[in-house]
Amino acid sequence: MKKFSFVAVVLVLICSGVIVACTGCGGSKEDPNQVTMWHWMTDRDAVLQQLAQQYEQETGVKIKIELFAPSDSYSQRITASSQANTLPDIFGILDKKEIFADFIRYGFVANLTEEFAKDGGAWEKSMFPKALDVNRFKPDNIYGIEPGIYGVPIDVTNIQMLYNKKLLAKAGIKKAPTNFSEFLASIKALKRVGVSGLVSGWGEIWMADAFASNYAFNIMGEEKVMATYKGDVKYTDPDWIKVLNVFKTLSEAGAFMEGIVTKPNKEAEQDFALERAAFAYNGSWCVNVYHDMNPSLEYSAMLPPTINPKRPMKIWGGAGSSFVVKETSTRKDKAIAFLKWLSAEKQQALLAKETRNLPANRKALESIPEVLADFASVMDNTTHPTIWKYNELPAVTEAFDKGIQSIIIGEKTPKQVASEVQAVKERETEKAKRRQ
Amino acid sequence: MTTATTPKPKKDMKSMAENYLFIIPAVVIFSIFYIYPFYDILNLSLHEWKGIGPKIFVGFRNFQELMVDKIWWKSIWNATYITLWALTFQNVLAFMLALACDREIRFKKFYRVVFFIPPVLSQVVVGLIWRWILYAGQQDGQHIGLLNHFLSQIGLSHLANNWLSDPKTALTMIAIVHCWQGFGWGFIMLLAGLQTIDKQLYEAAKVDGASSWSQFWNVTMPMMVPVMLVVVILTVLGAMQAFILVLSMVGQGLVFHTEVPVTRILAAMQGTKQFGYACAMGVNFAIILIAVSTIMKLFSNKMKQA
Amino acid sequence: MNEPTKRNLKYLGLHAFLLSVALTCLFPLFWMFRCSLMDNQTVFTDKGLIPSVINFGNYADAWTKGGFGVYFFNSILYTVSVVVGIVLVSSLAAFAFSRLKFWGRDAFYYMFVIAMMIPLPGSFVPLFVLMNKLGMANTRIGYILCMINVGLSLSIILLKTFFDKMPSDLEDAARIDGCSKWQIWWNVALPLARPAVAVIVIFNSLNVWNEYILAQLLLSDDKLMPLQRGLMAFAGKHSVDYSLLMAALTISAVPIILLYLAMQKHIIKGLSSGAVVG
Repeated sequence: MKKFSFVAVVLVLICSGVIVACTGCGGSKEDPNQVTMWHWMTDRDAVLQQLAQQYEQETGVKIKIELFAPSDSYSQRITASSQANTLPDIFGILDKKEIFADFIRYGFVANLTEEFAKDGGAWEKSMFPKALDVNRFKPDNIYGIEPGIYGVPIDVTNIQMLYNKKLLAKAGIKKAPTNFSEFLASIKALKRVGVSGLVSGWGEIWMADAFASNYAFNIMGEEKVMATYKGDVKYTDPDWIKVLNVFKTLSEAGAFMEGIVTKPNKEAEQDFALERAAFAYNGSWCVNVYHDMNPSLEYSAMLPPTINPKRPMKIWGGAGSSFVVKETSTRKDKAIAFLKWLSAEKQQALLAKETRNLPANRKALESIPEVLADFASVMDNTTHPTIWKYNELPAVTEAFDKGIQSIIIGEKTPKQVASEVQAVKERETEKAKRRQ
Repeated sequence: MTTATTPKPKKDMKSMAENYLFIIPAVVIFSIFYIYPFYDILNLSLHEWKGIGPKIFVGFRNFQELMVDKIWWKSIWNATYITLWALTFQNVLAFMLALACDREIRFKKFYRVVFFIPPVLSQVVVGLIWRWILYAGQQDGQHIGLLNHFLSQIGLSHLANNWLSDPKTALTMIAIVHCWQGFGWGFIMLLAGLQTIDKQLYEAAKVDGASSWSQFWNVTMPMMVPVMLVVVILTVLGAMQAFILVLSMVGQGLVFHTEVPVTRILAAMQGTKQFGYACAMGVNFAIILIAVSTIMKLFSNKMKQA
Repeated sequence: MNEPTKRNLKYLGLHAFLLSVALTCLFPLFWMFRCSLMDNQTVFTDKGLIPSVINFGNYADAWTKGGFGVYFFNSILYTVSVVVGIVLVSSLAAFAFSRLKFWGRDAFYYMFVIAMMIPLPGSFVPLFVLMNKLGMANTRIGYILCMINVGLSLSIILLKTFFDKMPSDLEDAARIDGCSKWQIWWNVALPLARPAVAVIVIFNSLNVWNEYILAQLLLSDDKLMPLQRGLMAFAGKHSVDYSLLMAALTISAVPIILLYLAMQKHIIKGLSSGAVVG
């Protein structure tokens, strides 16, 4: 009966699937002594694994660290796992504050305020306040979340400008520009000797958004920016046109490196490391990257040159990566203990040394390289959307960022972009109202 | 069934039941892993959902908003543009190469292998390499990008361009790279099709005194229609749904000049967390693709009859 | 101009055309290989086509540093199981759609056709929830079944197209000899469809080999992950180590090219045997 052998082939295929699957679910029994942590940082995986092993030796608690990269795919997994109720004990939320708030609201994230306050607030005091702010919900926050701290930062970042000392010297520039007209003058001088000006990975559009945000804070101040997001100030306001004009002026002066609007940041980092551009706009993680690409690169960090001398330049910064603990985890205490250990001075110093990132623990600062110290010194100037009172609607941000691109490539004028963004804002506000 | 005799009804029933066994494995897998998620997406397209928290039923509002979403329709047009390039440039190239390799020529095997290298490479790698070729920057007055460097070497430096950041060229470059990566598929399928054509047909045509041109039109083309149809459908579906190449060549895009439907869907899902809206886009896109395929099917039926 | 020169010229033109296309296809592979032989300093600075210092150490380095042994095994396991699964399941269905009669045949077939056209954005949420309910999350079989589904529609359509074109004389003969439908499928239809099967094999192998998004969603154990996810992690860890990365990318591309080389013969063999029958 050959016939049955063929049917059997197919049936066995399916049945074996089901059987293996069922043995699979039997095997994944919960181990009360094992804490699972999911992360997305490929560059830190090796050190984290090493630290986990060390932790197991010290305490006997097993930490299982699993990596899912790139971050988009990590986010997908977190979203899906929250639906299937299979989140690990420790995970990160890479989305906006609004989504973070929802994770808290629907009971996925543990409130760590008490832990931070223990022993006279020892844990809280050991961290950079800016790094904790990202994980903090203030009293009367617009999300309606119970005030407190909900996450543990393991490093901090900020985004600044960098300049190549050799190239600047070649163009006869003695001192890094501090204001906008000096910056334009140095661009001119660089052009004369055939050196490109500013490079950045604005193919990853949030970086252009951060740059614009720096100037918005410098030109009109935080209150007016927040008022715009709230809807009280229009994008057609002269100050906002001034912000957009920054891009027009720079573009017309030839300050941007060719192709900046679609450049991935990896490529931009390469450009700066290989001395193809004199200035870069990049985050503090770049110290590690430039070191590996070109160890002999001579560069230094600077704040973006100011337009309005009366206000200080605000840059984006805060926690680079933070972790939260699952509220319903049966190993909550162990998970918190591990995060506490991870953010302690010794471990932070190791992380900082191995990955050249800024530690979240301020006591670990002494062990960082010199250029990183430049970044650390301006931590007070940092701000970030996650700590703002109001946030812009995503569709408006998209229109604004895409508008910046079209100004850079000379397609549209700042005025056109401003009125288009305002139109989107009105439409989206209307939509949001209808929803409530 | 090809048998002409009609067996007894009872046996027919049993035989029919047995016939179902053939498709059961496919249907079971398909129902679990496709129809169920599909139902979920259809359902989600009528809701508003941030990926977490409650799903709010909004009826057809997502679709209404989609109808007036200019960027969405622009992305559909961009995908169509890439598809038009793929249909003409890519398929003509594939067919020409297949015709050349169907003859008795030297290095046939070499070509067959080489033409299939681009499809084998992952799109991320392809994007990386082409970004390097199309790179626009200069160092010490020298073009770094291979294409610009080449142009300036042969004295056409005025043609050197900012290929991926110029709205006039960015999408076309993506389309060309897509064609470059995809023609290998058309090539092997068309070649396989060409080789099934009975060589005696050509001999017969030659005896009748047909020129090689008329052999091509009267023997090759009609025999190739079914294979070509498959190639065309695959080309259209592949080009309409292309997106990894877009991401790896222009990141999050050049204004809206390089948006394609799938990047819009991903942006709505990952960027702005509008899952319901993203699903509505998916459903809308599916309807468009089904419509296009149906039109192609009708068209090809006409062609077969003619 | 006499005939032979004219023909030679035509040949020359033909080869020039073929060769120029071939060069563009070979270039990326050559570039990857070239960079993989350099070290990290020269890879950015050396402008020559052939590196001045050649060093194969990157391959050994990439293999050990990336821990590719396990990933490689997994990828091969997934590719083989998925492809075998797809060929069996889809050829059964395609055979039925082409040769057998049953109620709702066209409806079922068009269900698969339509499925091929519908992208499923956001399907990762329901899929993940479903796999957890079935207890198939983080299991090899769950991933394999999902990937079988991904390639199913297209394979059924391709095979049905080929079955439709195939002359049925041999099958009729087999039937007269008393073969059952299953035997005809296994002994007659499947061997004759070898060229189509070869296309399906290469198409799906490529798909599975280069897949990592679904793998990262459904699997969490590092020991179960396929090669592409290993590459992903590798690229993150050594993002600036271009030569090492290129070595890793070359390693990952080689098996599929080898597979195609092997399948190529089958496409030709299948075709010639098909021609004999026709």
